[in-house]
Amino acid sequence: MDEGLRSELSKQGVFTTKLTDLYNWGRKNSVWPLQFGLACCAIEMIATTMARYDLARFGAEVFRPSPRQADLMIVAGTVTKKMAPQVVRLYNQMPEPKYVIAMGACAISGGPFKQGYNVLKGIDRFIPVDVHIPGCPPRPEALIHAFMLLQKKIYAQTFTGAARPRFLDPAAPSEFPVPAFGEHDLVPPSNPAIWRAPKFDREEG
Amino acid sequence: METLDQIKSRIEGAFPGAALQIIPNESAAQQPSLVVDNASAFAVARWLRDDPALRLDYCSNVSGVDWLPAETTTKTKVKKLVNGVEQEVEEVTKTARPGYLEAVYHLYSMSLKHGPVILRLRTLDRAEQNQVPSLTPLWRGAEFQEREIYDLFGIRFDGHPDLRRILMWDGFVDHPMRKDYVEPDDYDYEPTPHDEVLEKAQKHQGTEVSA
Repeated sequence: MDEGLRSELSKQGVFTTKLTDLYNWGRKNSVWPLQFGLACCAIEMIATTMARYDLARFGAEVFRPSPRQADLMIVAGTVTKKMAPQVVRLYNQMPEPKYVIAMGACAISGGPFKQGYNVLKGIDRFIPVDVHIPGCPPRPEALIHAFMLLQKKIYAQTFTGAARPRFLDPAAPSEFPVPAFGEHDLVPPSNPAIWRAPKFDREEG
Repeated sequence: METLDQIKSRIEGAFPGAALQIIPNESAAQQPSLVVDNASAFAVARWLRDDPALRLDYCSNVSGVDWLPAETTTKTKVKKLVNGVEQEVEEVTKTARPGYLEAVYHLYSMSLKHGPVILRLRTLDRAEQNQVPSLTPLWRGAEFQEREIYDLFGIRFDGHPDLRRILMWDGFVDHPMRKDYVEPDDYDYEPTPHDEVLEKAQKHQGTEVSA
């Protein structure tokens, strides 16, 4: 619809919108996170939901104890190799559309425990992550910022076309392989379909 | 509380066969510890718990230590005939100490409010003969800590009621806190490598990696 006509109509008391916008507006303001925490970042996540920061202002106060009822997985804390298959399994059990926020240094890269014997170097090796938050731990404002970024991303999603999100593409996977426990590491150590070691050119000197 | 020397002589009176050794601690903590041989460790520990003057009823923590095989060199001056002339020559003797694993128990008394008495149990080596007696039947709180030591150091605790891995998964091979543990080579992405990590990343990815 023409922007001028829309503004003219709204002056007359007629509200017009697109179905996509209405649908996405509803979705972005009712994202229910999965209630689970892995380490100290979970404390910040809990603080974000409480009165001082009040994540309920963004429609995300309903933390669901079941993955079947959740839209958003906040990976808050260190993902150990022993815990990683369970995190992937929980993600697989969530219905589409589903989103992932990797919260804190550990969840995005392994953080201070990166060279440890039992810490996964980032959950994005196994499940697709929408928003990464650095910080150790990130402050509640950072989580709210990430959440607002996710809301923007949800609001911009279209129903059709090549850029449509994964959950509207029948060929796109909804579940991702759960890694198995090997003798020294997870097998496979990462999912090559969604994660490859980034290559970047470094400047000399 | 008595000093460790007094406790040691009392133990020797009660258990004539026990081989005890006091390890002094020269650091600021000044906490000497007592090495007990594996054969009499359980009886000695029970005696420490039940003795009316000690009553060490609380095992505060159990730790594992990995001692790699080491070589100690001692220099001694010996008089020797060199080319027909008697001279003082420094002789270097090297003694090889085999590696072993160690479980360290810190014992306190809640009822008499004293402690700690530090017990050390040593395995014979780091490979096959890696058993020490479990003290879990005496102090129930040692159960998970002995399991953790079994998991991370590979000490087998004889008499432990439920000796399984506790942190790593069941199919895991090796013991990650041992000093010669070789970690899996997953250095395919190191955005800010330095020092050891840089070396490992270069080994994995080739020399184009730079700090």
